[in-house]
Amino acid sequence: MSSRTSFLLSIEDLTVSFDGFKAVDALNLYIEKDELRVIIGPNGAGKTTVLDMICGKTRPTGGSIKFNQRELVGMAEHEIVRVGVGRKFQTPSIYENLTVFENLEVSYPQGRSVLGCIAFKRTSKILERIQKVAEEISLQDYLEVEGAFLSHGQKQWLEIGMLLMQEPELVLLDEPVAGMSPAERELTAELIKRICKGRCIIVIEHDMEFVSRIAHKVTVLHLGKILAEGSMADIQQDSRVVEVYLGH
Amino acid sequence: MKNIYTRIFRGRSGLTNLGLLALLLLVVLPVALPIFRLNLVGKYLTYSFVALGLVMLWGKAGVLSLGQGVFFGLGGYCMAMFLKLEASDPISTKIQSTPGIPDFMDWNQLTHLPAFWMPFKSLPFSLFAVFAVPMLVALIVGLAMFKRRVGGVYFAIITQALALILSLGIDSRQGYTGGRNGITDLRTLWGWDIRAPHSQVILYFVTCFLLLLCILVSQWLLSGKTGKMLLALRDREDRVRFSGYDVSMFKVAAFCFAAGLSGLGGALFVLQVGFISPSLVGIVPSIEMVIFAAVGGRASLYGAVYGTLLVNAGKSLFSETFPQLWLFAMGGLFIAVVVLFPDGLAGVCELLRKKIGPGLEKLRAGRSVTIVESLAKGEKP
Repeated sequence: MSSRTSFLLSIEDLTVSFDGFKAVDALNLYIEKDELRVIIGPNGAGKTTVLDMICGKTRPTGGSIKFNQRELVGMAEHEIVRVGVGRKFQTPSIYENLTVFENLEVSYPQGRSVLGCIAFKRTSKILERIQKVAEEISLQDYLEVEGAFLSHGQKQWLEIGMLLMQEPELVLLDEPVAGMSPAERELTAELIKRICKGRCIIVIEHDMEFVSRIAHKVTVLHLGKILAEGSMADIQQDSRVVEVYLGH
Repeated sequence: MKNIYTRIFRGRSGLTNLGLLALLLLVVLPVALPIFRLNLVGKYLTYSFVALGLVMLWGKAGVLSLGQGVFFGLGGYCMAMFLKLEASDPISTKIQSTPGIPDFMDWNQLTHLPAFWMPFKSLPFSLFAVFAVPMLVALIVGLAMFKRRVGGVYFAIITQALALILSLGIDSRQGYTGGRNGITDLRTLWGWDIRAPHSQVILYFVTCFLLLLCILVSQWLLSGKTGKMLLALRDREDRVRFSGYDVSMFKVAAFCFAAGLSGLGGALFVLQVGFISPSLVGIVPSIEMVIFAAVGGRASLYGAVYGTLLVNAGKSLFSETFPQLWLFAMGGLFIAVVVLFPDGLAGVCELLRKKIGPGLEKLRAGRSVTIVESLAKGEKP
């Protein structure tokens, strides 16, 4: 089972402890291509820590993370990005002093070494790609606006757009609709559903209405372990899940 | 081609800035100042290479180094070693017990030239070393620090320690380095007397041209993707890392670039002033360089030059009249700049431009309207 090749991401026995406290405890998680998985769970369940370990920000104490049959544990963050993993942070992290256009341009996967960066040239191919991604995230009219002047929701979209520039196969989104208006949430749900094709996406989210709109499959984390996994309907009927999370 | 041109000169406002600085350095100051004062300006300009490096490293990439004097000193020592060897030919040193070696080695009972001095008999090697030695040290320190994610205050403290180590090291190995006195009594560069008044003027202009060249190279770098990367690095280091960049290598590169510029400044200092000593390498000059950049505006290339000139001019004038008060004035200036004008002179200029600019724009527009009107009436403007 563990070596089934159809999984794009297989996490096995993943454990991390901070000073003896096991934030994530022997976690197993398998995600297929084209899948949109949502991870939910109460605060401190270890959701963000799982994403941190996938993208290399936190080093696991044990276990393995295989992406496309490739072990990610032990790789440097930028190498993990280069094999096709994109990460969006909880608070929008964009470059406030650069324009939307420049934000997207800097995220284009070319000229990533120092010398490559010095020799970097804007080609028509890059311009087209920036235009296309800007349309995807509804910021095509804001290309010349500096990041600092965008609304909160637009910043969130821009960061998703910056990930799309890299054409990652695996996208990790940490609370993408936090602080968004209902209308923005709707647009974001559409956006996430659109970009899911041809890649897989892991979303951490608290807003259950939003989760039910996008999720293919939901994983509930509690105290660093998987409490339940299945479709949204299954999860909502699971008495343990209702008790530790949904009941609140 | 046009693209490269705009990238180097940055359009009309860039050309204006360049023109103003060139006018000041190449015409106004040489005409207005006596040779003694002009030499002082030349000396200050060599510091502005360091300030320029700090703009790239600190202002743009957000990495504060309090040890740039190290690289200034290394560049200076590389140049001074060549000049000293040329000045120590067997004939002019025939009264020594070992003729043909620098005088301070003879005083310290050395009987032959240490091996690391040998390559500095060659001018091309020495000129190469002026850049290469500071950059190599920056590369090693940079890799050791940035690969381990040492940054911010810790990096500043470590570079400061480096400045202390180097100045103490030079100080304590008198036979090899000239010790506290430094390397003095430098005379000729390939037979050309660097102390003659006309050579001093030539060296002043060489310094100016190299400085303008370094500004243009920096502008070219900043106008492309590199400039955006440095800003991105300063604002959101994590985002850059998770966009697939090896952040540490960009910091190392910025540190090396700043070190190379400082080394060039140090070499030009030695050529103009005729000596180098550990007091120019240590902590105090390293911090002064940061003040120059801060006063000028830490993110402005031109600001770095004006800041250096202004602070040093102030230092000269002030310390001639009130020698005891200068250090307090310098400290006060630094605090005032940080508290009141965090963007330094460049920030003040920008503020003025925004206040006065629209008015000027209106004037200009108004004039062209009247010209158009008078043309419409068939009059000559």
